[in-house]
Amino acid sequence: MDALEIARWQFGITTVYHFMMVPLTIGLGLVVAVIQTAWHRTGNPEYLRMTKFWGKLFLINFIMGVATGLVQEFQFGMAWSEYSRFVGDVFGAPLALEALLAFFVESTFLGLWIFGWKQLKPGIHLACLWIAVVGSVFSAYFIIVANSWMQHPVGVELVNGRPVMTDAWAVFTNNTALVAVPHTLFGALAVAGGFLLGIAWYHLWRRRRDGVDTVGADGKVVPGEADIPGRDRTDHKVWIRSLRIGAVVAMISFAGTALTGDLQGKLMFEQQPMKMAAAEAACHDGTGFSVLSVGNLGSRNCDDIVALIEVPGILSFLAKGNFTTEVKGVNSLLDQYKADYGTNLPDNPVYGERAGQEIEYVPVMEVTYWGFRMMIGFGGLAALAALIALWVTRNGTVPESRWLMRLAVFGILAPFGANAAGWIFTEMGRQPFVVAPNPDFNGIDQVFMFTAAAVSPGVSAGELLTSLVVLTSIYAVLLVVEVKLLVKYIRGGVVSAMPELAHAPVDENEDATPGPDGPGTGDVLAFAY
Amino acid sequence: MELLPTIWFIVIAVLWTGYLFLEGFDLGVGMLMKLFARDNTERRVLLNTIGPVWDGNEVWLITAGAATFAAFPLWYASLFSALYLPLLVVLVALIFRAVAFEYRGKVDNDSWRARWDWAIALGSFFAAFGVGAALALTTTGLPLNSNGDREGGPFAWFSGYAVLGGLAVAGFSLLHALAFLALKTDGNVRHRARGWFVRLLPWLLLPMAGWAVSIQFLDGKPWTWAAVAVAVVAAAAAWFLAHKGAEGRAFMALGVFLLLGSASIFGAVFPVVLPSTVNPEFSLTISNASSSDYTLGLMSIVAAVGLPLVIAYQAWTYWVFRRRVSAAHIPEAHSFLPAVAAKAFTTKG
Repeated sequence: MDALEIARWQFGITTVYHFMMVPLTIGLGLVVAVIQTAWHRTGNPEYLRMTKFWGKLFLINFIMGVATGLVQEFQFGMAWSEYSRFVGDVFGAPLALEALLAFFVESTFLGLWIFGWKQLKPGIHLACLWIAVVGSVFSAYFIIVANSWMQHPVGVELVNGRPVMTDAWAVFTNNTALVAVPHTLFGALAVAGGFLLGIAWYHLWRRRRDGVDTVGADGKVVPGEADIPGRDRTDHKVWIRSLRIGAVVAMISFAGTALTGDLQGKLMFEQQPMKMAAAEAACHDGTGFSVLSVGNLGSRNCDDIVALIEVPGILSFLAKGNFTTEVKGVNSLLDQYKADYGTNLPDNPVYGERAGQEIEYVPVMEVTYWGFRMMIGFGGLAALAALIALWVTRNGTVPESRWLMRLAVFGILAPFGANAAGWIFTEMGRQPFVVAPNPDFNGIDQVFMFTAAAVSPGVSAGELLTSLVVLTSIYAVLLVVEVKLLVKYIRGGVVSAMPELAHAPVDENEDATPGPDGPGTGDVLAFAY
Repeated sequence: MELLPTIWFIVIAVLWTGYLFLEGFDLGVGMLMKLFARDNTERRVLLNTIGPVWDGNEVWLITAGAATFAAFPLWYASLFSALYLPLLVVLVALIFRAVAFEYRGKVDNDSWRARWDWAIALGSFFAAFGVGAALALTTTGLPLNSNGDREGGPFAWFSGYAVLGGLAVAGFSLLHALAFLALKTDGNVRHRARGWFVRLLPWLLLPMAGWAVSIQFLDGKPWTWAAVAVAVVAAAAAWFLAHKGAEGRAFMALGVFLLLGSASIFGAVFPVVLPSTVNPEFSLTISNASSSDYTLGLMSIVAAVGLPLVIAYQAWTYWVFRRRVSAAHIPEAHSFLPAVAAKAFTTKG
């Protein structure tokens, strides 16, 4: 492997890994904020328990997002210096704004939330969480603006061979970003929904297995109490309510991702037709949507791909909103790309030994085709499971079946899979460009960059390989640690996040209220570390 | 001279100085987890002094990096790619450190804690050292060719200046942390920290003073020489004030030392942002490395609104958590994994 390939693998691995943490952070943060608001308004102890429990899991995961996010920013300069030089005038701005306007907010106010349980008035404490959550949404917006510029460069003109920003409004309201942001946010909520559903299911199942909850003759649950701290009737309500919230969130977010995804798809058929043609393994012009195609998808050679099942008209619908307009396939697009952007990489030293080589305009179809289908498939699966879960639990608890419980817990992974597949599809589908050209954007052509020209010329393959190995192994170790910790806290239940439940019966509403003269000396620490 | 690139040079200098000022003490507290704290209670006192703020402090680094990318993409690209391996060390250090803060107390087990304590201490040291080395090298130069790429292999950056800069930031951070602990804790930790501060001040500031002075010999201007002189006075004042027990003022005096020291260094190299040791013509300056005026103008508006806001709410955070922390405040470690989970483990299968 040469430096370029190693750098690409590193970018892919670190980004997908980072994006395991991010959706859960955004989605769960939003859910916890809503639940704490409910507690604030009703004073109902079950909402406090939910806030504490889900908040704890949120924090364990949040920190991994922070730790791995820094790699993303440094990586552009370290491994992709030519890219950074080329796009710096326009691409750096959203990154800087993300740090200045969003990430500062998120980190600072989350610190206030974690440590401020007894230091701040309840209303202000709640506001801190909301501010942090809004910060994380803005973070997502700025990052997607930056990414969307790579997918669809707008608001610039070429000066001395480099894009220079001329219209910031166009950059920040890029239509590619405006559909990608809600799509990503719904994707994040889907992750949170599945997470709540799976974990709540596990606890309800355990309460049944341990005989705490029983089912009466009328089929309805009879919540019981066990002689174990925290395992009372409120605990039952915590889980059943979490499960329902999770299921509803999962279904709403699937609808949201589907609607925004459809808009995004139509936009992509215009902006990056080759990506979409490769996603469909559509070699020839037509209207049919491939449900199953076989053949050597990886060869990038269209000739031996056979669509076993094809539904006519659907591809036109996805691309254009009707059933009859022919959509261009890989073969005719290939000729067009060759005519527009050349058949071979220029004889320029920035391409290294790749200079003069033929350009592969067709992305690896195995990745685009199956990435696209996994994204939709996993998302749909999670929504269907949520619907079934709602029906099965209508009487207030889950069935005794151990296998169903395992399925629910395992199902937590499906929305993660959908998110990862979506990103891999959209990034790999853009190849061979790191900045994709606009086929018919008003006036801005020539603003594009081949990935082969983007890597740092001064950095050796050895350095890149070192970092790839180091980062990947650290990520692997930390993933094990995070999952272990999450599992430990999940098994512990609410008490693991509220040790006070184990010590003495407390009036839970008192918990976050400062004493008469503000926080007492004993409360200097809200006890976080 | 171009106005906007100059403004952005100052903004980036401010961001780096803000980073060193704020994360300086939390990096130092991290190192002191192993050097200073005697038992688990003291370690938790240390941790809780920085607990609510370290993450917000670290964002100064992210912002400094991203602002460099946006305002001086060529500086960002050349510096970060040339320093590939040292920055990898910084990243690894910061990853472990961040995770350790959050995970250390999540399991009540001595060897678990000891492992994360090492992650915090070493992570803090290497982060400080690596950032210091990178900053020193951007002031003294790297072997860059005409395209701004490093010549001479993965270790071409290694030089005495890298070590000096690394020691400078690590040393300053340690001292800053001692001042911070004296200000922020009570009881035994407070008094010991003050004692250490008074005894160690000259040694821990020596590398940073060495860096600032050697830069003056290379590129100094009258005003930057003056800044160095006042910085030395501020350091002496910090020593004197701490000796007298005025912890708050000692902390601020040390802050003045950093501010002036950093101004003297950035001021001396201006308008060069990254000198080339191969050929001075290949050096990056504020004019040949900056973004367009349009981008800089946009960023200026946002920074003019955003930066004061950040400073305001971060200051509020410090106000909210202004009380001193001491061993008496640390609640007993509880085995959080009580009956529910215990039952799950015993009845499994």
